Amino acid sequence: MSEELQALSAADAAAAIAKGDLGRGELFEHYRARAASDELNAFTWVAESMPDSVDGPLGGVPIAVKDLFCTEGIPSQAGSKILAGYCPPYTATAVANLEAAGAPILGKTNQDEFAMGSSNENSAYGPVQNPWDRSRVPGGSSGGSAAAVAAGLAPWALGTDTGGSIRQPAALCGIVGLKPTYGAVSRYGMIAFASSLDSAGPLTRNVTDAALFYRHLVGRDSADATSVSFPEPIALPTSERLDGITLAVPAALVDGDGIEAGVRDSFEAALESARGLGATVVSCEIPSAPYALSAYYVIAPAEASSNLARFDGVRYGLRVDATNLDAMYTETRHDGFGDEVKRRILIGTYALSSGYYDAYYGRAQRVRTVVASELSAIFQTADFIVTPTSPTVAFGLGERTADPLAMYLSDLFTIPMSLAGTPAISIPSGLSDGLPVGLQICGPAFSENRILGAAHALERAIGFDGSSAWSAL
Amino acid sequence: MAGHELEPVIGLEIHVQLRTATKMFCGCALGFGEPPNTRTCPVCLGLPGALPVANAEAIHYGLMIGMALDSELAPVSTFHRKNYFYPDLPKGYQISQFDLPLCSGGKLGKVNIHRVHLEEDAAKLNHAGASGRIEGADSSIVDFNRGGTPLAEIVTEPELRSAEQVGEWLRLLRTTLRTLGVSDVNMEEGSLRCDANISLRPTGSDQLGTKTELKNMNSFRFIERGIRAEVERQRALIEEGESVTQETLHFDPKTESITSLRSKEEAHDYRYFPEPDLPPVVITEAMLARAAAELPELPAAREQRYIDELSLSPESARLFAWRAELADYFDAVRASEASLEPQQAANWVTELQGRLGDQEAVDSNVTAASLAKLASMVASATINQGGAKQVLDQLVEHGGEPEAIVAAEGLEAVGGADELAPIVAEALDANPELTERLRGGDMKPIGVIVGEVMKQTRGRADGKEVTALVRQQLGLS
Repeated sequence: MSEELQALSAADAAAAIAKGDLGRGELFEHYRARAASDELNAFTWVAESMPDSVDGPLGGVPIAVKDLFCTEGIPSQAGSKILAGYCPPYTATAVANLEAAGAPILGKTNQDEFAMGSSNENSAYGPVQNPWDRSRVPGGSSGGSAAAVAAGLAPWALGTDTGGSIRQPAALCGIVGLKPTYGAVSRYGMIAFASSLDSAGPLTRNVTDAALFYRHLVGRDSADATSVSFPEPIALPTSERLDGITLAVPAALVDGDGIEAGVRDSFEAALESARGLGATVVSCEIPSAPYALSAYYVIAPAEASSNLARFDGVRYGLRVDATNLDAMYTETRHDGFGDEVKRRILIGTYALSSGYYDAYYGRAQRVRTVVASELSAIFQTADFIVTPTSPTVAFGLGERTADPLAMYLSDLFTIPMSLAGTPAISIPSGLSDGLPVGLQICGPAFSENRILGAAHALERAIGFDGSSAWSAL
Repeated sequence: MAGHELEPVIGLEIHVQLRTATKMFCGCALGFGEPPNTRTCPVCLGLPGALPVANAEAIHYGLMIGMALDSELAPVSTFHRKNYFYPDLPKGYQISQFDLPLCSGGKLGKVNIHRVHLEEDAAKLNHAGASGRIEGADSSIVDFNRGGTPLAEIVTEPELRSAEQVGEWLRLLRTTLRTLGVSDVNMEEGSLRCDANISLRPTGSDQLGTKTELKNMNSFRFIERGIRAEVERQRALIEEGESVTQETLHFDPKTESITSLRSKEEAHDYRYFPEPDLPPVVITEAMLARAAAELPELPAAREQRYIDELSLSPESARLFAWRAELADYFDAVRASEASLEPQQAANWVTELQGRLGDQEAVDSNVTAASLAKLASMVASATINQGGAKQVLDQLVEHGGEPEAIVAAEGLEAVGGADELAPIVAEALDANPELTERLRGGDMKPIGVIVGEVMKQTRGRADGKEVTALVRQQLGLS
């Protein structure tokens, strides 16, 4: 029975519960037991029992929630020592929306500290292992969420994406990850990294699950002034063809150095599949792309340096007592933050400093505007931009920790869409030497339904099977 | 510098707590004296994940202030983060405005306004220990009830030239804000707070000297005393050939001493940047129309109306219009006795206020109705000026009804030849020498005779009438 349960996608499980073929308690317990015996360090907290009321269209299919989200009375530590043991008095809107739709919290998942990282090695609660190869990283920063879904420890998971933190780990773990249009999902209660870039979205086993999950995630929230209502309902995708669809490939970006041969091969094969479904593949240019990474690594740290100022030891979280106020601040933040977080606070503080603002933050914002207008121009003639999600497959644990710049390059293909605030999905395009490769499909703002449709058609054509990563039943 | 007169150059930064129902960026009710930390939520406590949402009513009040100050209102205004660490600032930044404030420019009275912007108030710190400051405190506790209260910061151009001007102008500003109904404008309770930037320069120069900033003075008296003390401190430095250091200062009204809070070198780099959690505020025609519709009569208009419609002297018109409470009291006096000449009513209100010092007339023992009664008794010559002033003294002291006081004290005016003529004759008889001189055309001693009559009538006689009787009885035309 447990193998049959495990084989059910989240959408199938919800349907089975709705029909009465499956007890929601049984499903919850199945995943609870698996999450509790997690050997990947994907979870930082696992529920002990199912909540009493789990009514709603999601039928009780439980969710794993990235630890960046505040969950009332449940540890919400954002991968940081400075929030060790912190239990918020309120629940993030995104989580509350899912709970209200009938998806109880299964557990909280590991992540890079404050979502800063591409390997999940920047967690104060230890690195997460990739279920495809435990000597490798799952990607980041939503590494725990991606590993949990890929290993079959959770039916689906909630993650966040600031520069690629949903898409890149989804790619490295062989699952589906959707980064929404900026503002489509409330950020209220999501511990802020870079406010103008942060978005919350699903990590799922397949595209249909992503659509179902996303349907209950979107919506204007009066507590988030930057949130907007989604202009149309999120549909469950049915497309099987890509007739009349134009896919644009940013040639210079994809042909550049640093992209692994196996990744390129898988990408080419995916394009071939798309042509087979009726799509036209054209070449495009994003001339500002080389500057996008630099702009991102100014804007995101600048906002982070301010967003993380509240962790000062005064009201919650870690406090290191000292002889005076300044020393308390210094010691608390010295002990509470990890190296990568400190690095970005320093970069961001510098970039915003008087006399440097225009040269760094001001210029980065101008690059951002250029990137957005270039993507917008491409969408005038093409339906989607497609790229590999990550230039490489999952790399070895510890392989890049000494070289932050190499780590930052993991986000080369995902960052332009983050800067533009446009939606993008990563779906598995196949394996390279036994490790998953991700395909990124990006569209204009609020094109999620069309993206999900195209992803659904390609998913069927590619026929990726991730069940070999499910840890032993 | 020697040989030059020095003039003070003073600019003000005024923080006004707005009287909205809820805080600037969250739904908490404003706190006034509730138990500590009972008016808080994740947003105003700066909890992880919480986000601000701008208070539309505060923006509305900001627009009303801008209109009242004749400012240019921004079509699009943005919020910025002002970053610094302090325990009363839970997010590690204050949400304020920077390069696109809600209101730019403007004028109130003769003083030009630089800008008006919206921001959030800090929480309140209480320091246990002898110092009363965070340095050297045994412990410090934070009450977040005040944190997040909406503030309008009004910045003037450096156009004020004396402590007295500052006091007079601040009263006009307070009246304007109170009339608008946007704030309680109570300095003691901190809903109106004032910092002053002060420098000196040779009179007539168009250069600005090095300025100091005098922080957070919480009464008109302290502001005037603080500015006076700082001007004198700077004057002494310059006259001794020393230079003024740019720094932030604290005035202690108890000791009249000025101490440095921080120097320019210690000044913060606030790392302002646009608040990414708040979209720009777009000011619509509807918002402007609503603010304009809710604008009450402002002091300048009231002043003009008093002159045009009531023929008040310009001095009375300004005195009242710039002090709305006093003008309201004046209006109440007139309403109580419709037949009163407005200027007469005004003179009696001024007479009363002169005896009250800092107390407002409306808070005194003298009701508008009783002052009106008193004024009309004078107008009908039931009582003369001198008697009326005695009644007013009693009213100020004990309250009560003017007629009762007049009756009890026997202060009815003594008038008419029947009553006064014998008293005048008696006074002339008692002073034959002076009477001779008067007869001879030397009018100097007439004051003594009138004084004698006043003494006899205990001030109830009318001086002019007495003088006329003296002349009549001595056959002087």
